[in-house]
Amino acid sequence: MAEITLVEAARRAALQEMRRDPSIWVLGEDVARGGLFGQYRGFLEEFGESRIVSTPISESVIMGAGLGAALVGTRPIIEMRIFDFVMCAMDELVNQVAKVRYMFGGQAKPAVVIRMPHGIWRNSAAQHSQMLESWFTHIPGLVVVVPSTPADTAGLLVTALRSDDPVLFFDPKNLFPLTGEVPEVIAPIPFGQARHARRGDDLTIVTWSAIVPQVEEAAGMLAARGIAADVLDLRTLWPWDEAAVVASVARTGRLLVVHEAVTTGGFGAEVVARVIERLGTAQVKAVARLGQPRVPVPFAPPLEDALKVDTAKVVAAAEALMRS
Amino acid sequence: MTGTGDNRARLLALYTTMCRIRAFEETALAAHKAGEIPGPLHVSIGQEGVAAGLCLNLRLDDRITSNHRGHGHALAKGAGVAGMMEELFGRAGGHCRGKGGSMHIADFSVGMLGANGVVAGGIPIAVGAAQGLKLLGSDAIVACFFGDGAINRGPFLEGLNWAALYRLPVLFVCEDNGVAAFTATASVTAGPGVAARAASLGVPGVTVDGNDAAAVDAAASRLVAEIRAGSGPQLLHATTYRLTGHTSTDPAAWRLAADVEAARAAEPIGRLRDRLLAEGIAAAELDGIRGEALAEMSAARAAALTAPWPDPAVAWEDVQDCGAMQGAD
Repeated sequence: MAEITLVEAARRAALQEMRRDPSIWVLGEDVARGGLFGQYRGFLEEFGESRIVSTPISESVIMGAGLGAALVGTRPIIEMRIFDFVMCAMDELVNQVAKVRYMFGGQAKPAVVIRMPHGIWRNSAAQHSQMLESWFTHIPGLVVVVPSTPADTAGLLVTALRSDDPVLFFDPKNLFPLTGEVPEVIAPIPFGQARHARRGDDLTIVTWSAIVPQVEEAAGMLAARGIAADVLDLRTLWPWDEAAVVASVARTGRLLVVHEAVTTGGFGAEVVARVIERLGTAQVKAVARLGQPRVPVPFAPPLEDALKVDTAKVVAAAEALMRS
Repeated sequence: MTGTGDNRARLLALYTTMCRIRAFEETALAAHKAGEIPGPLHVSIGQEGVAAGLCLNLRLDDRITSNHRGHGHALAKGAGVAGMMEELFGRAGGHCRGKGGSMHIADFSVGMLGANGVVAGGIPIAVGAAQGLKLLGSDAIVACFFGDGAINRGPFLEGLNWAALYRLPVLFVCEDNGVAAFTATASVTAGPGVAARAASLGVPGVTVDGNDAAAVDAAASRLVAEIRAGSGPQLLHATTYRLTGHTSTDPAAWRLAADVEAARAAEPIGRLRDRLLAEGIAAAELDGIRGEALAEMSAARAAALTAPWPDPAVAWEDVQDCGAMQGAD
C-alpha cells in the first residue's frame, strides 16, 4: 500500500487496465505528452502512438470518434482535457453516445470512458471551473462518476474501464495533489455504493467530488462542538446509493447535501426529493442544500472565495440545520 | 469485372438493388399515408444510384454510417428487409426492437452502424470506427454517407481533418441532392463546394453523376481499393436529386415543376434501364426484377402490419447495464 496523489492513482489505474486489455486506448489533446495534469505520463513510451493518440482541438470528433471506435470493439478513454470543453461535443455525447445502445435496440455497445477534470481550480474563472455533473444524471444511458479520494479514483476508474456503459468520469482537478493510500493491485469499486466517510447520529451530510475534504474537515469541527455528522461521499451520482442515504436520514432525521456545483437544479435537489419520497415528511425533521449561488465562477480570488463552498460554510449550514 | 457478361451481371445487380430500394420506400410511403407507420419518414427516392453503386463495392465487414435518409444505404449494405420494415412499423421484430424507427435504422450484423437524426452526426462516428478498425489490425474500411447540408457543420471540418491526419480508411460519400431540408444548399453555402473543401483538408475527391449508378460503381470500385490499400481517406461527391419532399408529409411544392420534370427524366433507375435495354437485356427481365422487388416489399409490409408490437416492458431494456432501473418506481 503506497501513499500517492490522486492524479497518480488515476494514472496507475489506467496503466493497470491498459496493460490488461489491449483494446483500451486514449484519445485527447496532448495525451502523448502525458496529459494536461500528467495523468498519462509515460504512456506513450509504453503503449506507442497507436494507443496514445494526441488529437487536434476537435472536441466533436474526439467524442464521436471515441464512440465510433467503441462500435467496432475497442474501449477508448476519451480525454476532454477539462470538463468545460465537453460543451463543444454535446451532440456527440448526448445524442450519440448516450443514445446508440437504446436507439439501436441493444446492438451497440458504447463502452467509452469520458474523462473530464472539473471544478474550481487555481482561479481559472467562468469557462474553466464549472461543475455541471447534475446535467448528465438527467440523461438516460450515462454513468456519472465523481470520486474524491486517491483510492476511490483508482478503483472507480478500473470499474469504468471494465464497464460496457458509457462512463462520465469527473476527475476532481483541485484534488489532484491530494494524497492517500492506494493498493498496488487496484480492485474495482462498484458503482452506486457510497463511501461512509464518518459516522454520527445527529445529521446526515451527503456530498461528492472536490468539496469532500472540506466537508470531512467540517465534520471534525462539528464533532468538537458536540454535533455528530454521518458523512456519505456518494462517489457516483448515477447510479447513486439511495439506500445508504435513506438509511442514514432515517436514523438522523436531518439531511444536508453539500456540493461545489450551483445549488439550484443541482443533484442535491434530487437527493432531497428522493429522501422525502422514501421517508415522508414525518421522519425528516429538516433538509438543506449548500452549493454555489447561481452565479458564474468569478476570477478574482476574493470574488471566487466569496461564492464557493468552504469548511466554514459547511459548519454554519450544519449548525443551522440542527437548530431547525 | 472482366468480360461483358460480368459487366452485365454487375449492372443487373445495381438495377436490382435500386429497384428494391425504390420499392421499399414507395411501399413505406404508402404505409405511412395509410397510417400504418408512425413518426417522420425521410425517403431517398431518386437517390438510389449512390447507395447501390457504392455498397456494391463493400465487403460484409466494411462498415457504413448513414444519415436520416438512410433506408437505401441500409438495404444496399445488406440489411434484412423484414427487420427494416418492422422497424419502420415500430414492431418487436425490427432491427432495433422498435426503438429507433426509420431515422435510427441500424443493422450491425451487416456493418450498418446506424442512420442518424442529426445532420453530420455520422461523420465523427465513421472516422472513429475507421480508427478502431485500424487499431485492431483489420483491413475493413468505412463508408460515411452524408448530404450536402452536412458540409456546413463543424464535424465535417473536424472529421475530414482528423481522417487525413491519421490516414484513416474512410470513404466520405457526399450525396449532393442540392437541398438541405427545405433550403437550396447553394443559397447557404459559400465557396466552391464539398470537393474543394475536402481537398483543402487533405482529402482528395472525385465528383460523379450520382444518378448514373454505373459511374458511381466505377468510381467507388477504384476508391475503395485505394483506401483498402492504405491511401488514406477520400471523398466521393455524387450529385443527385431528391424527387420527393424532405419528409413524407412535405409536398415540396416550392420547387419549379419544370425542374422536377427534368429530374424525373434523369432519375437513376430509368437511366440504367435504358442502358440495359440498349445492351440487349429484355424488358420483360427488367420488369420481372421490378415486380419481384415490389412483391418482396408488399409482403414485408403485410407481415409488418400483423407483426407483434413490442411488449411495454421492453421500453426499459437496452438503456445501460448499471443504474438503468434506479428511479423506476
